Amino acid sequence: MTRKTLLSVGFILALGILPPIFYWTGNAFWLDLATRLVILAIAATSLNLILGYGGMVSFGHAAYMGLGAYAVGIPAHHWLYGGLEAWGLATTSGLVQIPLAVAVTAIFALLTGAICLRTRGVYFIMITMAFAQMVYYLIVSIEEYGGDDGLVIDTRSELPGLDLDNPLQLFGLAWVSLVAAILIVRMVINSRFGMVIQGAKGNDERMRTLGFNTYVYRLVAYVISGAMAGYAGALLGNFTTFISPEMMDWSRSGELMFMVILGGVATTLGPVVGATVFIVLEEVLSDLTLYWHLPFGLLLIAVVLFGRGGLIGLLNGRDQ
Amino acid sequence: MKRLTALALSASLLAMPALADTAKIGFVTTLTTGAAVFGKDMENAVNLALEHLGGKAGDTELEVIFGDDQFAPEAGKQVTDKLVKQDDVDFVAGYIWSHVLLASRKSVLDAGKILISANAGPSQMAGKLCDPNFFSTSWQNDQTPMAMGEVLNRQGVKSLYIMAPNYAAGKDMVAGVERTFAGEIKGKDLTKWGADAQLDFSAELAKAKASGADGIFVFYPGAAAGAFIKQYDQAGLKDELPLYSVFTVDGISLPKLQAADFQGVLGSKITQEWDPSLDNPANQKFVSDFKAKYGTYPSFYAAQSYDAIMLIASAVEKVGGNLDDKDALRAALKEADFASVRGEFKFGSNNMPVQDFYLREVVADADGNWTTKVVETVYEDHIDSFAAECQM
Amino acid sequence: MDTTLLVIQALNGVQLGLLLFLVASGLTLVFGILDFVNLAHGSLYMLGAFICATLTFALGNFLWAVLVALPITAGLGFLVERFIARPLYTRDHLDHVLGTFGLILVLDTAAHLIWGPEGIAVPLPEWLDGQTNLTAEIVVPTYRLLIIGAGLAAAGGLFWLVNHTRLGMLIRAGASNRTMVSALGINIELLFGLVFALGAALAGLAGMLIAPITEANIGMGNNIIITAFVVIIVGGIGSIKGAFIAALLIGLIDTMGRAFLDDIFKIFMSNEAAETSAPAISAMLIYIIMATVLAVKPQGLFPPKVR
Repeated sequence: MTRKTLLSVGFILALGILPPIFYWTGNAFWLDLATRLVILAIAATSLNLILGYGGMVSFGHAAYMGLGAYAVGIPAHHWLYGGLEAWGLATTSGLVQIPLAVAVTAIFALLTGAICLRTRGVYFIMITMAFAQMVYYLIVSIEEYGGDDGLVIDTRSELPGLDLDNPLQLFGLAWVSLVAAILIVRMVINSRFGMVIQGAKGNDERMRTLGFNTYVYRLVAYVISGAMAGYAGALLGNFTTFISPEMMDWSRSGELMFMVILGGVATTLGPVVGATVFIVLEEVLSDLTLYWHLPFGLLLIAVVLFGRGGLIGLLNGRDQ
Repeated sequence: MKRLTALALSASLLAMPALADTAKIGFVTTLTTGAAVFGKDMENAVNLALEHLGGKAGDTELEVIFGDDQFAPEAGKQVTDKLVKQDDVDFVAGYIWSHVLLASRKSVLDAGKILISANAGPSQMAGKLCDPNFFSTSWQNDQTPMAMGEVLNRQGVKSLYIMAPNYAAGKDMVAGVERTFAGEIKGKDLTKWGADAQLDFSAELAKAKASGADGIFVFYPGAAAGAFIKQYDQAGLKDELPLYSVFTVDGISLPKLQAADFQGVLGSKITQEWDPSLDNPANQKFVSDFKAKYGTYPSFYAAQSYDAIMLIASAVEKVGGNLDDKDALRAALKEADFASVRGEFKFGSNNMPVQDFYLREVVADADGNWTTKVVETVYEDHIDSFAAECQM
Repeated sequence: MDTTLLVIQALNGVQLGLLLFLVASGLTLVFGILDFVNLAHGSLYMLGAFICATLTFALGNFLWAVLVALPITAGLGFLVERFIARPLYTRDHLDHVLGTFGLILVLDTAAHLIWGPEGIAVPLPEWLDGQTNLTAEIVVPTYRLLIIGAGLAAAGGLFWLVNHTRLGMLIRAGASNRTMVSALGINIELLFGLVFALGAALAGLAGMLIAPITEANIGMGNNIIITAFVVIIVGGIGSIKGAFIAALLIGLIDTMGRAFLDDIFKIFMSNEAAETSAPAISAMLIYIIMATVLAVKPQGLFPPKVR
């Protein structure tokens, strides 16, 4: 194994081992922080697939997380208050909720992606944002699910052999999911499919001359990414036990983008490192001062101005 | 090593009851965004309360840790979790916003801590979601607008147009005035709320005017208050569509309105459970010290926050600092044995205050500062409409 | 339907549209000519409002305050161009989005620290504070007419500047061919700085105009910036004409949605549900329009000319 791989594996392992240790030594809050971090890292990893490798800058990725979370919250709500029984959607079973989250986000990605991928560049950024805003306002408009006030998830997803009310088990599930997400993205990228996606980022025309229907390839990547973010959203809903339209706000999508870029686009571990630094910084700075947005913003500007290639780039040396 | 300390500790525990030498209070409010102005007022009142108490309740030190909800339910819940899990507070108090309180409720109550609202009063938490560990030093959302509906009936207002922000409290406020107002509701608008709230009400005001209603009832706390009143003024609706508001004109908006010389607000009527002019020793001390220290009249947010700290201090003192006996602590809280700025203070069966509601009018005080004074008492010992739904 | 109300709501829609145009025109100039995505454009709108509010109290008159605040906002725009935007011109849009996202956080917090959280109410001169009777029935606040007038004047001035002056010619030339313009001995950096400053002044003007209505408050820029982006995308990036038409379209749709959608919804759903969903759906309308326009014309209504 190269030094780089060793470092990566070490980082992921540390991310899985340290938080439970914190928990056992009486720092329950740190485990919470790590759980949030790992879940966001999954979403950032999924975003990296299209943003980093595919050059599709989605400014609406938070909507997928939101939809995934509502796919947990809405059945749980009906299970408690009635309704939707005929559809089998009044349930707290994770075996229904989580596949639902993945399915709903995949379908949403397919429908909107088909339209978004007709556009390029900044038009793509903005149209993905537009669809996210539509979902945002759609949820706001539904009185039954709390509208702007959000929805409290009274019961977490029930999974065989797992108790998500136990913070350690929830964290474990999130961490295993993160590892799986990283491996899936790697597998996709190293496949022939992944080569086409990356080729289309650099030179779409050439890939098409070579006989690839890049539109379809890109759309499939977009759907995979959306569904992964939806899964992360289902975990987030279980973690916070409270969901609101606000989690789909455009600034949340911006944060996910920031995590990917901060860590390093089109790198395996970049999004995870980015999410870690983001969450830790947010926590440390907001502890120091109420006005933590100020140093945070300055840092963001500095990273963009001086830190090309993200933190992973710094780690690997300037040339890469 | 750790075990040894534990042993030593349990030995000492045998000798005397578990006395916490510090009672920790988490106080969640809005300290950033435009709504931070309420948070600041509440923070000031909490600090004043601690000053008046000498930082102690009996022999127990009081420690307050402030948390910022960023005017958003999700962030509010997150900061509540942190107070409960990391800082291990004994009480979580504060909460301006109903939706933030609803989102955070479970985090506090599941951990077995005491939750005290110093402002938000969502109907659910007075009724079905009531809890022995939840207390309020404010009101249930519906009560204040119910008092206003009563006032409107007495004044012979026949029809009403209603505007409020579209969130938990906005809906409760509308429900409240509709419950008591006997006339006709000519129209209703619920507008976007939150950090990106709608502040241009041109379309809504044009509708209100065209509706031909006798008056307009609004609930627009905070930054939206100034914006609304200005536009109401500019649209020249003062005579055509008199303004009846709750939680819109207060100690926070008045100085700003005065600075911008919005004369239109003088004389407008509001209902409330408290007023700076209430004649009792606790209130006089609170108002004069607050003015001396911070230079403005306290708002009702401040008054309720002051009461929340005083309530906690009274209970902590009563149980002698033993915060582990929750039954005793709950009983001590329920007695509400403290000098409230509202005068007499007592809890109903659902741990919401049973209290009077007043009609207030905006006036200029002796120094020319704009403030409010009590015109009449609308309700005496009013019990909220959801108490019956509370099973505990 | 009541025609009087319809006319008044149409005026409200036009007023909102013109404010949007002021913000969007600067955005589309910077975007179209400098190829720079400036999310922090909304912060300049906010700063315009706060500076104008402070000056209104210092100078005692709103109109003087606007005149003084305009060059200050333009200067701020010039500084942002020099220190944030210019180093990023050679990067891709992603870096622009992130850098200016950071700038929003910085400027919002700075505004909180300087002016406090409560916002500032801006008093108007007496003659602007009343109402004007357009007909016996149609009575509107005088100040809203002023906004419409100022918005139209600014739009006219901008068209004239871009289409009939040497600066405008250079701007147009700079947009299509940077090297050519610099080869002609024009200081392209100064030109870009001026475009940025102009955009800032227009956004600032919009903020100043809205301040007496909604007050100057933190975060006001973040509400409008996304809508402004919708406007320029629908209109076609770089097109002033496109921005103008799209801004009016979106202003009208948003206002009409808020005004009439709940009544329409009440036909087929409960009153309660209609009251909640109507404002949300009317907010959604503009995004539906944007997605539809892009689905049909991926480069907006008035696509920029090929470079």
